[in-house]
Amino acid sequence: MSDNFAAVGVLLIFAVALPVIMMLMPKLLAPNKPHAEKLTAYECGNEPLAKTAWRGFKSNYFMYAIVFTAFDVETVFLYPWALTFRKLGTFAFIEMFIFITILLVGFWYAWKEGALEWM
Amino acid sequence: MGTTIVFFIFAIMAVAAAWGVVTSKNIVHSAFFLALTFAGVAVLYVLLNADFLAAVQLLVYMGAVNIMVIFAVMLTLRGDVKESSLETKKWGLGALGAALVFIMIALVILTNADWRIPAQAWSGQGSALAISELMLKSYMVPFEAAAILLTLALVGAVILAKGVKESK
Repeated sequence: MSDNFAAVGVLLIFAVALPVIMMLMPKLLAPNKPHAEKLTAYECGNEPLAKTAWRGFKSNYFMYAIVFTAFDVETVFLYPWALTFRKLGTFAFIEMFIFITILLVGFWYAWKEGALEWM
Repeated sequence: MGTTIVFFIFAIMAVAAAWGVVTSKNIVHSAFFLALTFAGVAVLYVLLNADFLAAVQLLVYMGAVNIMVIFAVMLTLRGDVKESSLETKKWGLGALGAALVFIMIALVILTNADWRIPAQAWSGQGSALAISELMLKSYMVPFEAAAILLTLALVGAVILAKGVKESK
């Protein structure tokens, strides 16, 4: 039934265990000498702007999330196509080519409007 | 047997994470608990042999929709984040609404004879294969229409977020 997913389960166990181990090891091994300077938020070496890292983001980032979501849905359609396109041959390939070409129009529009510019 | 154990591990994880979503005082934690709920539901889809749905759940809901939720939360963050979701204390009305929705869905499922549940569990090669054959052969026009829909959604989102430039 879902035996094919046993490998995914093994991967999942490693994926959960590895970060836990990596976070526990410094707790057990590293020396702990807190200091006011050490406990400030890390901002790539600059003077931190706030006491904690819990701050609002610039709203510009939302554009990336929106564009990412649209292309994520496209990727989901690529997944069943990738399973069978050898069997279905050239026709399926052309179909997916048209699919991506239509989506490129949206990508071109987002690019033209500057939605992908770093602000 | 193994399936039952996996089901209970991930069903309990999904429900517990959903509990975390509604009770967490920090709204960012709520958003991350929501991702855990989505992941648990994805495993339940795998157990139902709906592997395409599981992929959609992981990629779209956990990967994209939840990122949008987290971004929206982080964009609108005001004041102390540790007390950003205190309204969760008033859960009486919410519980009532959730119970009513649950009763409605249960009534629809129990009274509707034509719910199309097959007697035998589906044991094909995997739903993604079957879906791709349907999508690329029988329903190719709706498939391409989906691309147009996605493009329009993308353009609409950009227009909503950035506004339209005045044309001369």
